Amino acid sequence: MLKLLGQRLLLSIVTLIVVSALIFAITEWLPGDVASNILGQQATPENVAAVRAELDLDRPPHVRYIEWLRGVLHGDLGRSLASKRLVSEVIGPRWSNTAFLVLYAALVSVPLSVVLGTLAAVYRKGVYDRLIGVGSVTAVSMPEFFVGLILILLFAVQYRWFPAIATYKPEHVFTQHLQAMFLPMLALALVVAARMMRMVRTSVLTVLDSPYIEMASLKGLSRSRIVMRHAMPNALMSIIDVAALNLAYLIAGVIVVESVFTYNGLGRLMVDAVAKRDVPVVQACGLIFAAAVIGLHLIADVLSIVSNPRVRLSR
Amino acid sequence: MRGRITFAAVVGIVIVLGCASGAILAPWLAPYDPNLPMGSRWDPPSAQHWLGLDQIGRDMFSRMLFGGRVSIGLALLSTIVAFLVGVPIGFVAAMLGGWIDGLLSPIADMVLSVPPIVWALIVIVGFSARVDVIVLTVGLLYSVPVFRAARSIVKDIIAREYVEAARLRGEGMFWVLLREILPNALPSLAAEFGVRFCLAFLFVAALSFLGLVDQLSDADWGSMVKESSLAIPAGIAAPLYPAAAIALLTIGVNLVVDWLLSMYSRPQGENA
Repeated sequence: MLKLLGQRLLLSIVTLIVVSALIFAITEWLPGDVASNILGQQATPENVAAVRAELDLDRPPHVRYIEWLRGVLHGDLGRSLASKRLVSEVIGPRWSNTAFLVLYAALVSVPLSVVLGTLAAVYRKGVYDRLIGVGSVTAVSMPEFFVGLILILLFAVQYRWFPAIATYKPEHVFTQHLQAMFLPMLALALVVAARMMRMVRTSVLTVLDSPYIEMASLKGLSRSRIVMRHAMPNALMSIIDVAALNLAYLIAGVIVVESVFTYNGLGRLMVDAVAKRDVPVVQACGLIFAAAVIGLHLIADVLSIVSNPRVRLSR
Repeated sequence: MRGRITFAAVVGIVIVLGCASGAILAPWLAPYDPNLPMGSRWDPPSAQHWLGLDQIGRDMFSRMLFGGRVSIGLALLSTIVAFLVGVPIGFVAAMLGGWIDGLLSPIADMVLSVPPIVWALIVIVGFSARVDVIVLTVGLLYSVPVFRAARSIVKDIIAREYVEAARLRGEGMFWVLLREILPNALPSLAAEFGVRFCLAFLFVAALSFLGLVDQLSDADWGSMVKESSLAIPAGIAAPLYPAAAIALLTIGVNLVVDWLLSMYSRPQGENA
């Protein structure tokens, strides 16, 4: 089992390195004339020379990539082209804001969709199952910003229960944080839970269709015992995969949702940096998002290796 | 029971046809110039202006028709790019197997390990936000899942007896591809096209909602929402119309896809 875990860890590291090389190549090598590309309309000779010096563009790309990677490993992400501040300083506070929002949405959406999806599978073809089906098709089809704007119109403008602009104020106590970030959390959680529910339902149905479940029900076991003792442990592995896949959606969804609620997180920082062509900030944010998703898949795979007795107990 | 049309499918087809004809016939259907102010801002719906006026007094209904043209067109183009790239490569990987397949699948896994929107933002900063760049980027990003889908569809068909029989008869690779594999892969590929179109449509809408796509002469639905969303805190719901149109078309296509899938899914057991 340790060998399997080691291989999986190595694969993640290789993936991350390849992704970092791709990010670097797309932003600083493939476009050719990077400096005038970044400056666009303001590409006077002096400005171009300044950006070239800032990004060290006179040196060959592979040397710059190695230097950049070395810097990243030491926590040095370069300087922002727009504000001239250290990228690590710009990102620091934003990073924890986004982590809070993602964690909040994950803690609501994962248990919700596991419970609702399992119920839909158990009461297959019933009214409840159909309701879940219709609800999830509708929610999957809605763009995140639509859900977010509806929530603002309803709960922030019409009823004034929650703020429309989500801010993380350090002086708030914990419950105030939860209240301030309720709407962006709900927008994320709704979109993600709609997908996850459908997938959980499919995973549980696959298990419920297997012969040992039929055996268990022919033995006369109660439905709740069949589901809890016989079906769920076997569905666990695919549910972990489903959760990981959907949490990856959640991390991507944060980029749009933060912009809807003007939330000071990493996603909005990245969008703003793209608009300003602030290459070092975009590189850093892209790398963080990529690392988060790759790490998530790694955790999911480790969990399913560990929770699979066939793998765990084989020498 | 196969081929029976369901109520959901009818709803889906009506929505898709409605949106498509609205987009195609926009220049003839639109009552006003979509880019010309003709009244005060946020006038409520009336007999002259069915959906009211927007933030600078332009006719919302006409803007929706022309916006649909841009939104649907861009998503369609991106999906076509994804299929032109992904399907042939998927077929090659599935039919030849061996080292080509062994090389392509890990590359696909690596690309897919980062959310597409993150890739798109990186490409926009590296290259530009021109519409052709966006279409190519979304198309190439989605060619990876299309490649995977095409590969698994073809792998599934190749393992069947009738393909084996054709090969044993001595039919050439190309004949088998054209006469046995392609016709059987077509329904699944059509469903995949619908699914991809929805995702590309939502993807492009999100990018232009974020204000990261250069504007064409007519605003698409995503950027219409972005331009007017500041009115939402004032309690005006009109900015939500284009967003609702995005959701509506996506639901419609999803319903049609579900119907296609249920119609062509192979019957299991004795009637197989």
